[in-house]
Amino acid sequence: MGTVLVDGIEVPVADNERLNGIQAAERAGIDIPHYCWHAGLSVVASCRMCLVEQGTKDPATGKITMIPKVVPACQTPAKDGTVFITNSDKVKQCRAQVEEALLIDHPIDCPICDKAGECRLQDYYFEHGQPERRADIRPFHSPKREMGDTVTLFVDRCVMCTRCVRFTREITGTSELMVTNRGSHEEIDVFPGFPLANKMSGNVVDLCPVGALGDKDFMYQQRVWFMKSHDGICTGCSTGCNIEVEENQDRVYRLKPRENAQVNQWWMCDEGRYGYHHVHAEDRQVGPRRREGDKYVNIEWNTVTAEMKAKLTAAGRIGAVISPHLTIEEAYLLIKYVRSIDPAAVLALGPVPVIGTDERFPNGFTIHAEKAPNRRGIEMLLAHFGGKVLSFVDFQKELDAKTLRAVWVSAGYKKSDWNDETTARKFAGLDVLVVQDLFSSPLWNMATYQLPGGSFAEREGSYVNFQDRLQTAKFAIRPPVGAWVEGQLYWRLLERPGLYQSRKVLTEAAAEVTALHLALGGVPPTGLDLRANQLAGEKKEAATV
Amino acid sequence: MKPDDAQVNWVEEPKLGLTGKMYLPLIFSGLAVTTKHLFGPKMTVSFPEQRPEIGNPLIYRGVHRLNKDEQGRVKCVACFLCATACPAHCIDIIAAPSPWPDRDKYCESFTIDELRCIFCGMCEEACPVDAVELTSLFDLTGRSREEMIFDKEKLLSVYDMTKDAEPMKSRVMGASP
Ligand code: SF4
Ligand code: SF4
Ligand code: SF4
Ligand code: SF4
Ligand code: FES
Repeated sequence: MGTVLVDGIEVPVADNERLNGIQAAERAGIDIPHYCWHAGLSVVASCRMCLVEQGTKDPATGKITMIPKVVPACQTPAKDGTVFITNSDKVKQCRAQVEEALLIDHPIDCPICDKAGECRLQDYYFEHGQPERRADIRPFHSPKREMGDTVTLFVDRCVMCTRCVRFTREITGTSELMVTNRGSHEEIDVFPGFPLANKMSGNVVDLCPVGALGDKDFMYQQRVWFMKSHDGICTGCSTGCNIEVEENQDRVYRLKPRENAQVNQWWMCDEGRYGYHHVHAEDRQVGPRRREGDKYVNIEWNTVTAEMKAKLTAAGRIGAVISPHLTIEEAYLLIKYVRSIDPAAVLALGPVPVIGTDERFPNGFTIHAEKAPNRRGIEMLLAHFGGKVLSFVDFQKELDAKTLRAVWVSAGYKKSDWNDETTARKFAGLDVLVVQDLFSSPLWNMATYQLPGGSFAEREGSYVNFQDRLQTAKFAIRPPVGAWVEGQLYWRLLERPGLYQSRKVLTEAAAEVTALHLALGGVPPTGLDLRANQLAGEKKEAATV
Repeated sequence: MKPDDAQVNWVEEPKLGLTGKMYLPLIFSGLAVTTKHLFGPKMTVSFPEQRPEIGNPLIYRGVHRLNKDEQGRVKCVACFLCATACPAHCIDIIAAPSPWPDRDKYCESFTIDELRCIFCGMCEEACPVDAVELTSLFDLTGRSREEMIFDKEKLLSVYDMTKDAEPMKSRVMGASP
């Protein structure tokens, strides 16, 4: 255990920790401005924004000796006895000079720059810059350059921090981006014919501390200060990256990764990042409908909740397909509901799309082939509730045997292609077929009840990812008028009063389901490792044997 | 704002004197003002036959216009600063990459709900490129609510209508072109 002094504040540092000046200062609540350093990338110490005064404290005499020059905090290890001074006049002057140098050839087109509002150059200018600009340069037009299908470079806005270059070298290992020319002619570029085309390319936009790299998907869609950000979980695959869903007036404009060292570090993949457009698709289903003869009539949600129980009870044996897109809470409520009507109801895990193979990047980040967020969670629930639990394939065989009279299918997939005519035909001849989905599909067109459901941005609840980590997402937007998020419908079907409360349901499920016991004490923001629970369970079993 | 803020100047209500408490002297002094104006010059105008004279059109806050640059293109760069500043939330902009090589972003659509607007002039003040301005046109009427939602074309036509009588304010007032 050692102690680092930052502006006179003592910061304890463990012996095996390798911190730099910026990280040590952060523990003392002091923010050292920086551009080029990023915790997930190697250190280059090229921007010089983090310059501080540094010295050492002699452990024997307690005397502090300072180095006469300033050093970059990002490159200076914070060891026992290291002293940092971050607020002296010398440091302030250095910061102002770095800002001035950067702004000499900066276009200052903040009004049309998408980064304005979350730009480090802007923020640091207000905090550390000089009030007057000595160079008399008028705002000018920055040339644009395509880096690839997802990213555009505004050449003159770049501050040459090389974060983007290091990302493609160290994280994806694809090395598309590079620095061309030298000195004040330095520019970021790609080699002709080799565009930025890796599956994590969108991250360079988040990494860029200024507005040099622009996300084509988000370009000019919204000013950042209008958006509210909500903690979510990506439902693109079983990795379960932690994300921020950024929204304004119930419209999602972009997704950004949220740091979680256990799951996605600072990153997310492009498929997840740009995979939210189905939320606002034109053809999304709204308004519940009931089949009457060959036609569908629009009904009220209150009618659905009022008559469903009687219809299902009258039908007899019930089967329920639990989609891996449902949250733990929703799946729990749905199982409770069907089993309350028919205690021997047959349960099945919905189809889990697997596309290609897992893709692992050099730094360990993996995009999983399993394109659903909650297979593990649903499996845990099914294992707990027991009874007749089938796979989706066996469920179809069960349908062929004609024992089931009513089937409830939950879905929520991004596209309508999760079932085809052949699958749908197996569901023919049922008394009641309830389908809850976002889009119309062959199965949807056969349903007795078509119930439009919610998308990931509208859901609230928990998912269990591939490594058995339970993570909770908050809802970001309200569903379109006429659609009810699954949780809300199940809540009302179970005749619970008021609005769906996911936290309450999770506590209830955690108390009942052994695999989820750990969630009883609440879920931390970075998620809850359920494997610890299983290990404990195994140990207990071993002890009783 | 905190009550002990040094910038806040707290003012006590003055106490009523004897004349104030008797009411009548104040009533008579009020009547004296009324009588004086009965015989003074007339301030009212018979609108619409007669149009009021606007003291300084450059600072009058009437109907908006969207200015054009030297090449006749809309000056607005779709930065949303006016919409951000607007206390009535009546400006709605859709931004898009511009079709011109020398400009990056422009407004594909720009509407101001003139019925919602409180003519505070904050939009004009916020605009970094002097694209939105308030003219001295004040008698704006329409037959429906929809008609009073001014779109880009209409706002640009207000510019064409008023540009000779009221040149772009920035130039006149000595701001950067
Ligand atoms: S484009 Fe952005 S991230 Fe890349 S070097 Fe320039 S400022 Fe840094
Ligand atoms: S890796 Fe998976 S969870 Fe992460 S962003 Fe991509 S699709 Fe989403
Ligand atoms: S004058 Fe005021 S209320 Fe009217 S559009 Fe401008 S900012 Fe909004
Ligand atoms: S402030 Fe000016 S440039 Fe910006 S959107 Fe409004 S009118 Fe356009
Ligand atoms: S952050 Fe230390 S030099 Fe750039």
